Amino acid sequence: MTGVAFWVFGVAAVVAGWRVFRTDSMVRATFLLLASFLNVGAILLLLGGAYLGMALLFMMTVEMTVMVIFMVAFMMNPAGLNPMNMTHQPRLAAVAGWAAFAGGAAVAWRSNFPDRPLPAGKAVIAELGTELMGRSMLMFETAGVALVATMIGAVVLSSRRSRYGQDAGDDGSLPPVLDPATGAYPAGVLPEPEASGHGHHGGHS
Amino acid sequence: MSLTAALLIASALFGLGLWGALGQQSIVMLLMGIELMINGVMLAGGAMWAYAAGGEPKGQLLVVIAMAVMAVEMAVGFAIVVAVYRARQVDLTEGLDSLAR
Repeated sequence: MTGVAFWVFGVAAVVAGWRVFRTDSMVRATFLLLASFLNVGAILLLLGGAYLGMALLFMMTVEMTVMVIFMVAFMMNPAGLNPMNMTHQPRLAAVAGWAAFAGGAAVAWRSNFPDRPLPAGKAVIAELGTELMGRSMLMFETAGVALVATMIGAVVLSSRRSRYGQDAGDDGSLPPVLDPATGAYPAGVLPEPEASGHGHHGGHS
Repeated sequence: MSLTAALLIASALFGLGLWGALGQQSIVMLLMGIELMINGVMLAGGAMWAYAAGGEPKGQLLVVIAMAVMAVEMAVGFAIVVAVYRARQVDLTEGLDSLAR
């Protein structure tokens, strides 16, 4: 029974992953990616990784829900009503994908991995907690700091207010003004006669 | 259910992700390809932990770190897409073929 469930989840994960790049709507693609993640989470639960499986299920459900918002924002094919084929170098991509699969499959078939299965009744969640708060705490804390840095970086990158001023977020990389006190024009930028001072860039000379 | 079967499925997910990451023009779809590759990595890590590492907790830690990497990739990736779109009004990889504006 567990074996059947494993193959059902495994095939579903692969098919959903394939359909991600074969659907006409980026929103549907996101939900298909979520389906692939949920099936992998179910496999992790079958393997005995209760914490890993549940963490993946919850995390990916939230992450993909957020991703859908971005997909709606960037979708150039509303509602997927028109055929969508935004691809390039399809032959190279297919060859690389098949080569990666063949390499992984060859390793899976030919390698002689140690046969050390998970002992029945092992307290895997308690052991993970002890590991995270014990010997591997530095690694765990480093991951936490990296996530905080990511949050700060993401806010800075996506903020309309850039480091070059309140309204410069839409203007790209304007060089800084020479004299912040007087608001003088950036280096290499001369004022246009009727311009207010915003919205033009370097290159005038 | 075996280690070989799990690694086969993980390889398929990784290959599909690589196919999408290399073949998609949209940067957000490219990010989805990378996420699918990390999905395969997590499955392979979980399978190795369950079948070849005797339930050693460091195996679970490896999968947790892969999850953190995926979160970082998505957050920074989308922030870069937003910043690039603000600056150059492009969301396709072809629009980013040079550093000059």
